[in-house]
Amino acid sequence: MSNVKTASQNPQSQVASNGTKKKRGPWREVWRRMKKNKAAMVGLLIILILILSAIFADVIAPYGYDEQSLVDRLQTPNSKHLLGTDNFGRDIFSRIIYGSRISLQVGFIAVGIAAILGGTLGAIAGYYGGKLDNVIMRCIDILLAIPGILLAIAIVATLGPGLRNVMIAVGIGSIPSYARIVRASVLSLRDQEFIEAARAVGANDFRIITKHIIPNSMAPIIVQATLGVANAILSAAGLSFLGLGIQPPTPEWGAMLSNARHYLRDYPHIATFPGLAIMITIFGLNLLGDGLRDALDPRLKS
Amino acid sequence: MQERLLEVRNLKKYFSTKKGLLHAVDDVNFFINKGETLGLVGESGCGKSTTGRVVLRLLEATGGEIIFEDKDILQFSKDEMREMRKEMQIVFQDPFASLNPRMSVSEIIAEPLRVNKIYKDKIDMSKRVAELMDTVGLAERLVNTYPHELDGGRRQRIGIARALALKPKFIVQDEPVSALDVSIQAQILNLMDDLQKEFSLTYLFISHDLSVVKHVSDRIAVMYLGKIVELSDYKSMFKEPKHPYTQALLSAIPVPSIEVKRERIILEGDVPSPINPPEGCRFYGRCRYRQPICNEKTPELEDIGNDRFVACHFTNNLKEATV
Repeated sequence: MSNVKTASQNPQSQVASNGTKKKRGPWREVWRRMKKNKAAMVGLLIILILILSAIFADVIAPYGYDEQSLVDRLQTPNSKHLLGTDNFGRDIFSRIIYGSRISLQVGFIAVGIAAILGGTLGAIAGYYGGKLDNVIMRCIDILLAIPGILLAIAIVATLGPGLRNVMIAVGIGSIPSYARIVRASVLSLRDQEFIEAARAVGANDFRIITKHIIPNSMAPIIVQATLGVANAILSAAGLSFLGLGIQPPTPEWGAMLSNARHYLRDYPHIATFPGLAIMITIFGLNLLGDGLRDALDPRLKS
Repeated sequence: MQERLLEVRNLKKYFSTKKGLLHAVDDVNFFINKGETLGLVGESGCGKSTTGRVVLRLLEATGGEIIFEDKDILQFSKDEMREMRKEMQIVFQDPFASLNPRMSVSEIIAEPLRVNKIYKDKIDMSKRVAELMDTVGLAERLVNTYPHELDGGRRQRIGIARALALKPKFIVQDEPVSALDVSIQAQILNLMDDLQKEFSLTYLFISHDLSVVKHVSDRIAVMYLGKIVELSDYKSMFKEPKHPYTQALLSAIPVPSIEVKRERIILEGDVPSPINPPEGCRFYGRCRYRQPICNEKTPELEDIGNDRFVACHFTNNLKEATV
């Protein structure tokens, strides 16, 4: 990590004219540390590009995602089709751009489901402890005992394939990790003196959880969520590859890969580009997640 | 006779552990008069902090009575207790752990006011926060700083301001200076002294540091393994300690003079486990005056006149053990 620029960013140097320091929350501090981490910034850049391309897919993509042109089928990359075309003559570049919408949607919504459900369960288990904790955590253990992808396949097989069911399946599959992380951080916070101090001034459980415990346990959840988005995208792609996920002609990266495997020997580019898209996205999310973890870890605070 | 603010009777706090019942506070009795400071000393793990927390009902007592202004607060419902918390506050030992790192100084000090809905108007509240900061000697420019940007002394001042916010009558000081540098300790102790006079506060001052306790207390209670072994005004205790444990403790205070020669009482052995303690004097194993009866009967805290209390079978005729 480079520490060259630290001198000019001394916290004490930000003093307003009347002597009162401007309010600088711990999140500003985190951002300051993140900026120094080049890898994390690369990750952030990749994710930003991805988000932008998802939002402006209609503008960026030169063709529609289901625009077939059998005359132009199985073309290698050229000036007309930047990344070539597939067996139906659909533009691969356009499909990847549109595919980012699906992947991001799956990633964020699945993680949202998992983080909210898992986080709530973990917080209740950690805060109240005792029997309730035992019951919740044993259920979580049962979920954890089943391999994630197997669980997702089972759920999709029951609910039927499709975007919504994939999100539910992937979301449920990652509930355990959030429940455990939140429970662990609530446990470590529960007996802290500032919680006791809040209780001493008469704060109720609701205030203690929302004002004291949640803000202090955000760091590991954010890291887990960032890395979790990567996992969710990968799981969804896996499910689609197996034909259980998003159905054609919707351009899902995993489904594109699956479709391309028949042409792998003669036209490897059809499989390569969606594969690269998945890889770069996961790479970016992992870089960002690692960077966030470093920036949020108080032990690395200088 | 002075008016009593708080009286603790037969207070017990047991924790159940895997090995058995841990007697953290075992049948403790004391009272605190209005406006005075009761020092509570003892070594680590003797139950003094637990006593402080049980008195405020931050931990639920196993048994006994806590009479605060003629009312037994252990009988209070949750809502009554919430109301009661305005009267009794606590300052914690570790100024790094007792402040929420995600809240600014003003948010921390305003929390008691906000929780108890003291002010409807935001401007009134920030005025009160500024006033409190001024009272504890925090510069006004620090309102928007966060605890991690401040040193231990300033953080402890925040903790004191928070405790004062609701204008309590009684404050438990749980080793408020033991985490601070010696130079800052003196500042904080003086501040507390000033505040006590200004707001006529009553303190329960918990510490393991005898010199600090001597400096601040009107009366001192010595605790050993969950029991109070001696309780008296600080002058007579330092002049003439009655309990063998107090004697050993006091003999350990360094005297800054090379001419003074005195006997050091070295305690042998370890503190016994507080889990399922046997009948008899808790100090039996380490006492150099021990007699067979000490191992059979637990000595009660007895009044020996002049408001002094000692828990020992041989208070006024200690003889070296012939073992």
